[in-house]
Amino acid sequence: MKKTLFDKIWEQHVVDERQDGSSLIYIDRHLVHEVTSPQAFEGLRNNKRPLRRPDLTLAVADHNVPTENRIEGIKDDIARIQVETLEKNIKEFQVPYIPLMDSRQGIVHVIGPEQGFTLPGCTLVCGDSHTSTHGAFGALAFGIGTSEVEHVFATQTLVQKRPKTMLIKVDGKLSVGVTAKDIALGIIRNLGTSGGTGYVLEYAGEAISNLSIEGRMTLCNMSIEAGARAGLVAPDNKTFKYIENRPMAPKGDLFEKSLEDWKQLPSDNGAHYDKEIKIDADSLEPHLTWGTSPEDVLPINSEVPDPNKLEKESLKNAMQDSLDYMGLIPGRPLTDIKIDKVFIGSCTNSRIEDLREAAVIAKGRKVNDSVHAMVVPGSGLIKEQAEKEGIADILIEAGFDWREPGCSMCLGMNPDQLKPKERCASTSNRNFRGRQGRDGRTHLVSPGMAAAAAIAGHFVDVRNFNLK
Amino acid sequence: MKSFNKLSGVVAPLPQVNIDTDAIIPKQFLKTIERTGLGKHLFHEKRYDKENNLNSNFILNKAPWDGAKIIVAGDNFGCGSSREHAPWALLDFGISCIISTSFADIFYNNCFKNGILPIVLEEKNIHEINELALEGIEISINLEDQQIIAQNKIYKFEIDPYRKHCLLNGLDDIGITLETEDKINLYEDKLNNKKWHVPDKI
Repeated sequence: MKKTLFDKIWEQHVVDERQDGSSLIYIDRHLVHEVTSPQAFEGLRNNKRPLRRPDLTLAVADHNVPTENRIEGIKDDIARIQVETLEKNIKEFQVPYIPLMDSRQGIVHVIGPEQGFTLPGCTLVCGDSHTSTHGAFGALAFGIGTSEVEHVFATQTLVQKRPKTMLIKVDGKLSVGVTAKDIALGIIRNLGTSGGTGYVLEYAGEAISNLSIEGRMTLCNMSIEAGARAGLVAPDNKTFKYIENRPMAPKGDLFEKSLEDWKQLPSDNGAHYDKEIKIDADSLEPHLTWGTSPEDVLPINSEVPDPNKLEKESLKNAMQDSLDYMGLIPGRPLTDIKIDKVFIGSCTNSRIEDLREAAVIAKGRKVNDSVHAMVVPGSGLIKEQAEKEGIADILIEAGFDWREPGCSMCLGMNPDQLKPKERCASTSNRNFRGRQGRDGRTHLVSPGMAAAAAIAGHFVDVRNFNLK
Repeated sequence: MKSFNKLSGVVAPLPQVNIDTDAIIPKQFLKTIERTGLGKHLFHEKRYDKENNLNSNFILNKAPWDGAKIIVAGDNFGCGSSREHAPWALLDFGISCIISTSFADIFYNNCFKNGILPIVLEEKNIHEINELALEGIEISINLEDQQIIAQNKIYKFEIDPYRKHCLLNGLDDIGITLETEDKINLYEDKLNNKKWHVPDKI
């Protein structure tokens, strides 16, 4: 029987098959952060249950943390209590933890791979929907709610129904200036925000093989925006090279033996998927969202869509409503849209490659006077690397605000928020109403597109920026 | 967890598609370390204006829907973030059943962990229930029989048998899993041969 990458991982993790068709799945890795864990720890305490495998767990605070003047601590009392609660809980339950002032602190989905906690063929969960990011390594990784966090704490397993599989084949080559983010947005444009519901996506094809590990993380990260809890890319030599010598990864002989296992993971030729779609990388352009859902997305050289061209009354009204919220007029070029803010960061696009992509655009140029542009590296280690490589200097010289790592304005749980009607070019993952701040207007783009918009003061085609 | 068997009540119509968890409970309320008290912040940006006054035009602020126990919603309800604060807020407000054509996966799972019944119906039926909801007519849900009784009409719905069993009896998932702990032990015994089972210390 020919198997997909997903089939192989799933079958290796079944602890028990239940009569009703659900399975008890073993969880190899559990990432924990401050927002979705307090009630789960409390549940353990209330029921006098131990945390079964703290050694397979790793905690970090990221959602609530300030990205400036961190030394002064968290000023918002409620946010501070949540982080302190995490620190109290990890002590009580002996969970490995990266403290706020440690240079390894960062966004949970950035530090997992960075520390070698994320490995091919493992099952990995976290109380956060963007856990799909880790699928870039060929790990079955998905987001869970707090009750499931507690279930993993207590049992190191989860009850799951076997999802369906969808192959997304991206053949051809990306043009210069078109990135993994544009593949992700292009796929969501094709599938819609619920097209992936019930599926695990596997991304394959020439354009995926050619992506860096960082690019694959960006792509898998956005799987949830297409409704899929998990996205996968088969591990290859790039993956293995990335993992080798990471602090928490197997070393020496153990690494070599693990490699033998990992090389068996890619889908067998001719394996069956429940659904297959194809995307042509050659024709992909830089994308930009115009509305209030990630599926409201178009290539940069398009016009703001016209609701009157839609037939169904309910869709017409929904589009008009989105355009009103976004303050956009149908028919105008997307490149006419002026911006107030730029946010380069989040678990989607805050890794070193993303910052390099922004720096290429920013080098020798200046952020437009009308724009405040911030860069929030995904982790302290990325921040240090960017400073060492001179990227930070380029960005600071150009007028970007260089910050401390965290989730920041992706969801604005910390003070980094949009004011009402402020318009932001954001490298994050969700353009929902109010996500970045009440009545704030979010446009999702790649880091290059965000940097180009910062300089122009409005959206532009990044390919016009003399790219090599 | 509170059990769910029968429920009768007014239905709040929220026909928009893609109602996301950011809309159900915005980020500023995720800082709590409790499960309770979120009901007053449910759909916060729709229910309150910028000065925090109740927005009298929003359905959940109007009688009889301010006492709704059921929501009928558009496609893909609960998309976005995994925050269980969304079902907690719904439950705290008094909503314990949501009817839609489709739900986002994580939200759908989270409902069952909190005694909320998410029901999937065809669009035509959703439309009919939406009409009754607009008139403020009460409907009844019977989980045992898998039926919605709305005026003279009965709508059957499908539900996973295990989840139905847990909801009907208010069962704690973790307790059930721990009954088969020997199987987890057995699996872990075998795992010790796996090269990368335990990560190195940070």
